[in-house]
Amino acid sequence: VNQLRMLVLLVLLGLGASASADELLMARITQPFPEAMNNLQETIRAKGYVVSRVQRVDVGLTASGFQTAEYRLVFFGKQAEIRELSAAYPELIPYLPLTIVVFAEGDDTLVLTTDPLKLGEFFNKPELLKRFGVWGKDVRAIFDDVSRIP
Amino acid sequence: MFRFLTLLASLLFLGVNAAMAAEPPARPDGARLYAQRCSACHGADGRGGVGVPLALPAFLSSVDDAYLRKTVRLGRPGRVMPAFTLLTDAEVEAIVAHIRSWPGQMRPKTPSHDRITGNAVRGKTLYDRHCTACHGVHGEGGHGTGVTLSRPRSAPILAPALNNPGFLAAASDALIKTTLVNGRDGTPMRSFLKQGLKERDINDIVAYVRAFEQMPPPPGARVLESASPVLVRVSPYSVEETVEKVKTAVGAANMRLIRVQTLDQGFVADGKENHDQTIVYSCDFGFLNEALKVDPRVGLFLPCRVTVLRHAGKVQVMTINPKRLSRIFNNAELNDLCEQMYKVYVEILEESVL
Repeated sequence: VNQLRMLVLLVLLGLGASASADELLMARITQPFPEAMNNLQETIRAKGYVVSRVQRVDVGLTASGFQTAEYRLVFFGKQAEIRELSAAYPELIPYLPLTIVVFAEGDDTLVLTTDPLKLGEFFNKPELLKRFGVWGKDVRAIFDDVSRIP
Repeated sequence: MFRFLTLLASLLFLGVNAAMAAEPPARPDGARLYAQRCSACHGADGRGGVGVPLALPAFLSSVDDAYLRKTVRLGRPGRVMPAFTLLTDAEVEAIVAHIRSWPGQMRPKTPSHDRITGNAVRGKTLYDRHCTACHGVHGEGGHGTGVTLSRPRSAPILAPALNNPGFLAAASDALIKTTLVNGRDGTPMRSFLKQGLKERDINDIVAYVRAFEQMPPPPGARVLESASPVLVRVSPYSVEETVEKVKTAVGAANMRLIRVQTLDQGFVADGKENHDQTIVYSCDFGFLNEALKVDPRVGLFLPCRVTVLRHAGKVQVMTINPKRLSRIFNNAELNDLCEQMYKVYVEILEESVL
């Protein structure tokens, strides 16, 4: 039985060897900021996530006397995953929920986030790689979708 | 039994690989890869943005494909451009082919990759006289890192860091010489031949620039090292008391309290939140403004956020570790800010559990 376990582990390690992470995921949306923000949030929801909050960084900056382009943070996740992971791995909490930065660059809008697979490198939790991999795939799909919207 | 299973697994593995090998690999779509990996910084059409413009005919006409390939692969350590190590060779090739499809460029001649012989000592004197104003005394490049908000909008590009290990690995001597001889239209780089330098002078400058390789890695390519992704302290107080102490510590650090919320706020109905996982958001807007000027991407980990949680009977206070995250941005100009932020977080944590 132990040998069988070892074999399964070796196969899994072999399959997981390609699970390397980019540092940042970024995308350009060729739309002005308001439309891009709306489309981003709709796309996040369409992937089954909840947008829990939008932080208006630009409002705080301008209220403090600084000039800035539109700049927001979109927090999102799935309630069950957040509850389960934060209970079992409290050290993940500073990185939850998932966050996307959205800011205007001229007539375009840029979105970016950390590759969720990076959390696997940060915390060395092989058992969570699959989950982080799903998040990474979803975020890439979200970025692909919003950057393709005409 | 085990031998049989091992054999079966091997056969399956080989079978899958053989099947994959039998199918001709799909040709990577360079336009799509460029859109996914490059356009966020360099613009959909290569006209720049967060990153430098690539679609300058004078640039594309003077660099060969090897330079582009190596730049994609190696990036520019500490200068924002990441090393795309996860792309396959075919994908890198497809991106280069896409860039080559842009109009207006002349295909550069295949340049020699031989070393150019010159007098580096004499080259230093010439470099000091002609190059430092833009490229820095030690070849560290223009101030800022190419990121939109740190680059004057009037400047099409920042002078590249000639001492950057990524640049030195990507640029052949011939490429550096060609740039010095011809200059680069559309940028502040002028032809030094037209400004009176002789070919021998240019060779000496090339030799001096190449000598940067023998020097220790420059500070501009330094990446902060720190093992832990989070900073943690154990609090002797209850969650509620610790949250109050965090709020006081945040004020003492001259930060403005933004809000206090539970981790699950926005996910659960009002009144159902788990107050054993509470987050205190705060911000020093002056610091945030400075950080965004250096690199607009840092908002990913700002405003500041301190988590207070109860786990296994203990109350803990926790934050991200800015020094660990510095590497993500590959921007050496953020190093000092990340160090500062690290100290502020440690002070807040210490104060909260005092």
